[in-house]
Amino acid sequence: MSLAKPAMRGLLGKRLRFHLPIAFALSVVAAAAFKYGVTEPRKQAYADFYKQYDATKEFNNMREAGIFESVRPTGK
Amino acid sequence: MLATRALSLVGKRAISTSICVRGGHGVAKVDDYALPAYFDRRENPLPDVQFVTELSAVQKSLKEKEKGSWATLSNEEKIALYRISFKQSFAEMNEGTKEWKSVIAGMFFFIGMTGLVVLWQRKFVYGPVPPTFESEWKEKEVQRMLDMRINPVEGFSAKWDYENKEWKK
Repeated sequence: MSLAKPAMRGLLGKRLRFHLPIAFALSVVAAAAFKYGVTEPRKQAYADFYKQYDATKEFNNMREAGIFESVRPTGK
Repeated sequence: MLATRALSLVGKRAISTSICVRGGHGVAKVDDYALPAYFDRRENPLPDVQFVTELSAVQKSLKEKEKGSWATLSNEEKIALYRISFKQSFAEMNEGTKEWKSVIAGMFFFIGMTGLVVLWQRKFVYGPVPPTFESEWKEKEVQRMLDMRINPVEGFSAKWDYENKEWKK
Protein backbone atom coordinates (compact mmCIF):
# COMPACT_ATOMS: atom_id res chain seq x y z
CA MET A 1 0.00 0.00 0.00
CA SER A 2 2.87 2.37 0.64
CA LEU A 3 3.40 3.72 -2.84
CA ALA A 4 5.74 6.62 -3.48
CA LYS A 5 3.98 9.94 -3.77
CA PRO A 6 3.70 10.76 -7.48
CA ALA A 7 5.22 13.92 -8.92
CA MET A 8 2.72 16.70 -8.44
CA ARG A 9 4.61 19.71 -9.79
CA GLY A 10 6.92 20.69 -12.58
CA LEU A 11 5.27 18.29 -15.05
CA LEU A 12 5.07 20.76 -17.91
CA GLY A 13 8.61 21.94 -17.31
CA LYS A 14 9.91 18.40 -17.32
CA ARG A 15 8.08 17.65 -20.57
CA LEU A 16 9.38 20.79 -22.24
CA ARG A 17 12.95 20.20 -21.11
CA PHE A 18 12.74 16.78 -22.71
CA HIS A 19 10.85 17.50 -25.90
CA LEU A 20 11.92 20.98 -26.95
CA PRO A 21 15.60 20.18 -27.70
CA ILE A 22 14.46 17.13 -29.67
CA ALA A 23 11.92 19.18 -31.59
CA PHE A 24 14.50 21.84 -32.33
CA ALA A 25 17.06 19.29 -33.50
CA LEU A 26 14.54 17.49 -35.72
CA SER A 27 13.42 20.76 -37.27
CA VAL A 28 17.00 21.69 -38.10
CA VAL A 29 17.57 18.23 -39.58
CA ALA A 30 14.42 18.54 -41.69
CA ALA A 31 15.45 21.94 -43.00
CA ALA A 32 18.98 20.74 -43.79
CA ALA A 33 17.67 17.64 -45.52
CA PHE A 34 15.34 19.71 -47.69
CA LYS A 35 18.07 22.22 -48.52
CA TYR A 36 20.68 19.65 -49.55
CA GLY A 37 18.26 17.11 -50.94
CA VAL A 38 16.01 19.39 -52.97
CA THR A 39 17.02 23.00 -53.37
CA GLU A 40 20.75 22.58 -54.03
CA PRO A 41 20.26 19.86 -56.71
CA ARG A 42 17.54 22.00 -58.26
CA LYS A 43 19.78 25.04 -58.44
CA GLN A 44 22.53 22.89 -59.96
CA ALA A 45 20.11 21.42 -62.53
CA TYR A 46 19.07 24.87 -63.66
CA ALA A 47 22.68 26.08 -63.83
CA ASP A 48 23.69 23.07 -65.95
CA PHE A 49 20.70 23.46 -68.24
CA TYR A 50 21.40 27.10 -69.04
CA LYS A 51 25.12 26.62 -69.44
CA GLN A 52 24.54 24.79 -72.74
CA TYR A 53 21.37 26.58 -73.74
CA ASP A 54 21.14 28.07 -77.23
CA ALA A 55 17.99 30.18 -77.28
CA THR A 56 17.95 30.77 -81.04
CA LYS A 57 18.31 27.08 -81.82
CA GLU A 58 15.50 26.18 -79.47
CA PHE A 59 13.32 28.90 -80.95
CA ASN A 60 13.87 27.61 -84.47
CA ASN A 61 13.08 24.05 -83.41
CA MET A 62 9.85 25.20 -81.79
CA ARG A 63 9.02 27.26 -84.86
CA GLU A 64 9.45 24.28 -87.14
CA ALA A 65 7.20 22.22 -84.87
CA GLY A 66 4.48 24.75 -85.64
CA ILE A 67 3.40 25.81 -82.16
CA PHE A 68 3.71 29.56 -82.70
CA GLU A 69 0.99 31.72 -84.19
CA SER A 70 3.14 34.81 -84.82
CA VAL A 71 5.77 33.04 -86.91
CA ARG A 72 4.91 30.21 -89.28
CA PRO A 73 7.39 27.39 -90.03
CA THR A 74 9.92 28.33 -92.77
CA GLY A 75 8.67 27.41 -96.22
CA LYS A 76 5.02 28.13 -96.76
CA MET B 1 -7.81 14.31 5.67
CA LEU B 2 -9.76 16.28 3.13
CA ALA B 3 -11.64 13.21 1.99
CA THR B 4 -13.09 12.35 5.37
CA ARG B 5 -14.19 15.92 5.89
CA ALA B 6 -15.93 15.95 2.55
CA LEU B 7 -17.43 12.52 3.17
CA SER B 8 -18.78 13.41 6.61
CA LEU B 9 -20.48 16.44 5.07
CA VAL B 10 -22.33 14.54 2.36
CA GLY B 11 -22.13 11.04 3.87
CA LYS B 12 -25.74 11.00 4.78
CA ARG B 13 -28.20 12.17 2.20
CA ALA B 14 -29.98 15.25 3.51
CA ILE B 15 -33.20 14.47 1.66
CA SER B 16 -33.42 10.85 0.64
CA THR B 17 -36.89 9.91 -0.48
CA SER B 18 -38.75 12.30 1.79
CA ILE B 19 -41.05 14.96 0.43
CA CYS B 20 -40.58 18.70 0.68
CA VAL B 21 -43.23 21.39 1.16
CA ARG B 22 -43.44 23.99 -1.56
CA GLY B 23 -44.92 27.38 -0.66
CA GLY B 24 -48.13 26.13 0.83
CA HIS B 25 -49.37 24.62 -2.42
CA GLY B 26 -48.75 21.08 -1.40
CA VAL B 27 -45.87 18.67 -1.40
CA ALA B 28 -43.56 17.86 -4.29
CA LYS B 29 -41.95 14.51 -4.46
CA VAL B 30 -38.20 14.76 -4.95
CA ASP B 31 -37.20 12.36 -7.69
CA ASP B 32 -34.02 10.38 -7.50
CA TYR B 33 -32.47 12.05 -10.50
CA ALA B 34 -32.77 15.48 -8.89
CA LEU B 35 -30.59 14.51 -5.95
CA PRO B 36 -26.78 14.58 -5.93
CA ALA B 37 -25.58 11.48 -7.73
CA TYR B 38 -22.50 9.31 -7.70
CA PHE B 39 -20.56 8.81 -10.91
CA ASP B 40 -17.04 7.66 -11.79
CA ARG B 41 -15.39 10.38 -13.88
CA ARG B 42 -11.73 11.13 -14.25
CA GLU B 43 -12.28 14.87 -14.22
CA ASN B 44 -14.51 14.76 -11.12
CA PRO B 45 -12.43 12.74 -8.65
CA LEU B 46 -14.59 13.41 -5.57
CA PRO B 47 -18.29 12.85 -6.36
CA ASP B 48 -21.04 14.52 -4.41
CA VAL B 49 -22.07 11.39 -2.52
CA GLN B 50 -20.31 8.23 -1.48
CA PHE B 51 -21.06 5.09 -3.40
CA VAL B 52 -22.59 2.91 -0.68
CA THR B 53 -25.57 4.63 0.88
CA GLU B 54 -26.94 1.88 3.14
CA LEU B 55 -24.05 0.78 5.34
CA SER B 56 -24.10 -2.71 6.79
CA ALA B 57 -23.29 -3.23 10.45
CA VAL B 58 -19.69 -4.12 9.68
CA GLN B 59 -19.33 -1.02 7.52
CA LYS B 60 -20.91 1.15 10.20
CA SER B 61 -18.43 -0.04 12.80
CA LEU B 62 -15.64 0.54 10.30
CA LYS B 63 -16.77 4.09 9.80
CA GLU B 64 -16.71 4.60 13.56
CA LYS B 65 -13.18 3.24 13.67
CA GLU B 66 -12.24 5.65 10.88
CA LYS B 67 -12.98 8.56 13.20
CA GLY B 68 -10.04 7.54 15.34
CA SER B 69 -6.39 7.30 14.42
CA TRP B 70 -5.85 5.92 10.96
CA ALA B 71 -2.62 4.21 11.94
CA THR B 72 -4.74 1.55 13.62
CA LEU B 73 -6.48 0.65 10.36
CA SER B 74 -5.22 -2.41 8.54
CA ASN B 75 -4.70 -2.42 4.79
CA GLU B 76 -7.88 -4.43 4.17
CA GLU B 77 -9.88 -1.98 6.25
CA LYS B 78 -8.48 0.92 4.28
CA ILE B 79 -9.49 -0.80 1.05
CA ALA B 80 -12.95 -1.51 2.50
CA LEU B 81 -13.35 2.17 3.39
CA TYR B 82 -12.28 3.10 -0.15
CA ARG B 83 -14.83 0.77 -1.66
CA ILE B 84 -17.55 2.27 0.54
CA SER B 85 -16.86 5.69 -0.92
CA PHE B 86 -16.01 4.77 -4.48
CA LYS B 87 -17.32 2.26 -6.96
CA GLN B 88 -14.38 1.96 -9.37
CA SER B 89 -10.78 2.96 -8.87
CA PHE B 90 -9.14 5.23 -11.39
CA ALA B 91 -7.38 2.29 -12.97
CA GLU B 92 -10.67 0.44 -13.34
CA MET B 93 -12.63 3.35 -14.76
CA ASN B 94 -9.91 4.31 -17.22
CA GLU B 95 -9.29 0.91 -18.73
CA GLY B 96 -10.10 0.63 -22.42
CA THR B 97 -12.96 -1.28 -23.90
CA LYS B 98 -13.04 -3.49 -26.97
CA GLU B 99 -15.21 -0.95 -28.75
CA TRP B 100 -12.55 -0.13 -31.30
CA LYS B 101 -13.13 -3.45 -33.04
CA SER B 102 -16.77 -2.59 -33.68
CA VAL B 103 -15.73 0.85 -34.86
CA ILE B 104 -13.21 -0.51 -37.37
CA ALA B 105 -15.71 -3.12 -38.53
CA GLY B 106 -18.35 -0.45 -39.07
CA MET B 107 -15.87 1.70 -40.96
CA PHE B 108 -14.95 -1.10 -43.35
CA PHE B 109 -18.58 -1.99 -43.84
CA PHE B 110 -19.63 1.50 -44.82
CA ILE B 111 -16.59 2.02 -47.01
CA GLY B 112 -17.52 -1.20 -48.79
CA MET B 113 -21.12 -0.08 -49.26
CA THR B 114 -19.87 3.21 -50.65
CA GLY B 115 -17.66 1.33 -53.07
CA LEU B 116 -20.65 -0.64 -54.35
CA VAL B 117 -22.63 2.56 -54.79
CA VAL B 118 -19.74 4.12 -56.73
CA LEU B 119 -19.48 1.10 -59.03
CA TRP B 120 -23.19 1.19 -59.74
CA GLN B 121 -22.94 4.93 -60.48
CA ARG B 122 -20.06 4.39 -62.91
CA LYS B 123 -22.14 1.84 -64.82
CA PHE B 124 -25.61 3.34 -64.78
CA VAL B 125 -25.37 7.07 -64.12
CA TYR B 126 -22.34 8.62 -65.78
CA GLY B 127 -22.13 9.29 -69.52
CA PRO B 128 -19.06 8.75 -71.69
CA VAL B 129 -15.78 10.60 -70.96
CA PRO B 130 -14.76 13.52 -73.20
CA PRO B 131 -12.90 12.82 -76.48
CA THR B 132 -9.72 14.29 -74.96
CA PHE B 133 -9.11 10.96 -73.22
CA GLU B 134 -8.74 8.91 -76.42
CA SER B 135 -5.30 7.53 -77.30
CA GLU B 136 -4.88 9.52 -80.54
CA TRP B 137 -5.78 12.73 -78.80
CA LYS B 138 -3.38 12.00 -75.95
CA GLU B 139 -0.55 11.25 -78.38
CA LYS B 140 -1.07 14.58 -80.13
CA GLU B 141 -1.25 16.26 -76.74
CA VAL B 142 2.08 14.81 -75.61
CA GLN B 143 3.73 15.74 -78.90
CA ARG B 144 2.53 19.31 -78.61
CA MET B 145 3.77 19.53 -75.02
CA LEU B 146 7.22 18.33 -76.11
CA ASP B 147 7.22 20.83 -78.98
CA MET B 148 6.44 23.63 -76.57
CA ARG B 149 9.29 22.47 -74.28
CA ILE B 150 7.08 22.11 -71.21
CA ASN B 151 9.31 22.02 -68.08
CA PRO B 152 12.57 21.44 -69.95
CA VAL B 153 14.88 21.65 -66.90
CA GLU B 154 13.56 19.10 -64.42
CA GLY B 155 10.10 18.06 -65.58
CA PHE B 156 8.26 16.79 -68.63
CA SER B 157 10.47 17.72 -71.59
CA ALA B 158 13.62 17.09 -69.58
CA LYS B 159 12.83 13.38 -69.85
CA TRP B 160 12.62 13.44 -73.68
CA ASP B 161 15.66 12.90 -75.84
CA TYR B 162 15.23 15.41 -78.71
CA GLU B 163 18.16 14.02 -80.71
CA ASN B 164 16.95 10.44 -80.85
CA LYS B 165 13.25 11.27 -80.61
CA GLU B 166 12.57 8.91 -77.74
CA TRP B 167 12.19 9.01 -73.98
CA LYS B 168 15.44 9.14 -72.08
CA LYS B 169 16.44 5.92 -70.40
